[in-house]
Amino acid sequence: MAKVPVQFSLNGSEKAEFVDSGATLLAVLRGKAGDTSPKGGCHQGTCGACSVIIDGELRLSCLTLAETCDGAEITTTAGLAEAGVLHPLQRAFMDGFAAQCGFCTPGMLMAAKALLDRTPNPTREDVVEAISGNVCRCTGYEPIIQAILAAARANSHNAA
Amino acid sequence: MRLAKSYFADERKDDLNEIGQGRSRVDLPGHVTGKTTYFADRNFPGMLHLKMVRSPHHHARIRSIDTSEAEKHPGVVRVLTAKDVPHNTYTILILIQIGPEDEHVLAEEKVRWKGEAVVAVLAETERAAQEAAAKVKVDYEVLPAVLDMEAALKPGAPLVNEHHGQNYYMYDSGACRKVRFGDVEKGFAEADHILEQTYSSSPIEQAPMETTGCIAVPEGNDRFTCYTNTQAMFFTLDNTSIILQMPGSQLHLVGGTAGGGFGGKVDVIVEPIAILAAKLTGRPVSFIYSRHEEMQISSPRAAETITIKDGVMNDGRIVARYVTGYTDAGAYSRHSPYGAQKGAAHYPGPYTIPNVWADTYCVYTNRTPSSAMRGFGVTIADFALEVQMDKLARLIGMDPLEFRFINAYRDGDMKAHRQTTEGAALIECMQEASRAANWPVAEKYYALSSHPREG
Repeated sequence: MAKVPVQFSLNGSEKAEFVDSGATLLAVLRGKAGDTSPKGGCHQGTCGACSVIIDGELRLSCLTLAETCDGAEITTTAGLAEAGVLHPLQRAFMDGFAAQCGFCTPGMLMAAKALLDRTPNPTREDVVEAISGNVCRCTGYEPIIQAILAAARANSHNAA
Repeated sequence: MRLAKSYFADERKDDLNEIGQGRSRVDLPGHVTGKTTYFADRNFPGMLHLKMVRSPHHHARIRSIDTSEAEKHPGVVRVLTAKDVPHNTYTILILIQIGPEDEHVLAEEKVRWKGEAVVAVLAETERAAQEAAAKVKVDYEVLPAVLDMEAALKPGAPLVNEHHGQNYYMYDSGACRKVRFGDVEKGFAEADHILEQTYSSSPIEQAPMETTGCIAVPEGNDRFTCYTNTQAMFFTLDNTSIILQMPGSQLHLVGGTAGGGFGGKVDVIVEPIAILAAKLTGRPVSFIYSRHEEMQISSPRAAETITIKDGVMNDGRIVARYVTGYTDAGAYSRHSPYGAQKGAAHYPGPYTIPNVWADTYCVYTNRTPSSAMRGFGVTIADFALEVQMDKLARLIGMDPLEFRFINAYRDGDMKAHRQTTEGAALIECMQEASRAANWPVAEKYYALSSHPREG
């Protein structure tokens, strides 16, 4: 099968891969780039576990062709903590018990980060809307919503 | 967190270190950083992908299987059928002497449910395995199917599973699990009112975020490591040992983290065939359910039909209960004979009823085999009997919570299945719930306790 060269930045590191034409970004991140933080829960764009941020936009990596990501800047949950210091969202998810089995957590964190990057002081409705594409089968939605709101408050407190 | 310390004050030990404290879970740092390792977060050089050819029919005889086109498909390494499996007929609970072996790793002669595994295809890529699976030709003679328990139990119904000889599980106690306590007929004769209701439920899929799967890796020394998200490590180890006729010392199962299970990962389905494939090819093998397989193929909670007939007095006492419960096992036993058995003991609920008769049947149909899910055997029973409790209270014009106080079991009460009640706290829980929910009951019920009855 024809291979396509793709270069992208993953959590600030430059990556260059030869990928199968038609390969998903999820498969390339997990199988080639060594980042297994995005999860494959449905491989059909319905569960949100594979969510990543591409050039500032929340994307489903299971529906994104890797070859379309040439030159892109990609952020995943593996890149959220900086120099070992947890992102406020990660801290809030831990403090608020907002993860149970943990499988949806990386996708939830990406959806939450995309929201807070754009809307630093979201309403509860904003949060619900932002994670509406992410399924949590353990049904821990309420702690997740509360954790995202808490992270936003912590951010604005630090900024003030 | 508030601990209600007034209850059982004389039995309390307050030297607890953890209870009442807010403790962070040890796995949370891994979850929020994406570092938690699920079984599929591993890559092995040369890993093959397994895809299953499945029955499109509810019930059919297999006339022939032709894998020649699939074997020629580019990227295909090996195709497995029933004859490749050393001990192909198995049942999970044989480990605790609950037989007979009634299910096949890969179908032999017949398929008994739509989705049953028939042929396993191994290829270099998932895509090649999928494409080759579509090229396997299975010639079926479609047979009449039974798709509900009522039809399965009718005389002359098609036989679902020849290993059983009839469409229900034969317990050592006969066609059903039985509970006999007191004299129900006498109880009904004395009762002021009798209420009989039937409750039915559908199968329920556990739907974990992470689908069922495993990766089996040959270690080059006749030993195999299997990374799996099973919820039943030792069931898996021991059943794999039986199916592959391989000593347990050659099998190293690595689990621990599941992306949700809810009972859906208790059966032993993916590991034996993946380890066999790794043995026969000498390469790592990944067998991961698609989302479609997770929803359609993995065992759901059983459908149940439960008829409860109760005799109740105007003063609120339930004096007789007669229950007939049916559990739809689907085509194979898996954990359902056990689930149906649990129901038999459970039908009086947390209530003391002097006269009880319960029969529970585990029924075979041509549906997806059902199995474990969160309290299986008692969850649907609880739904049925608590709805029944509300209906009984309404029938005699009594507050439903007060009605439950009257019937609540207490320490020392003999339960219908001959276990003496110990450590009951239902009354205390209801007292607390009554306050928390602002659903007051008469003062005398706040004075009750679960301590043994006087005299």
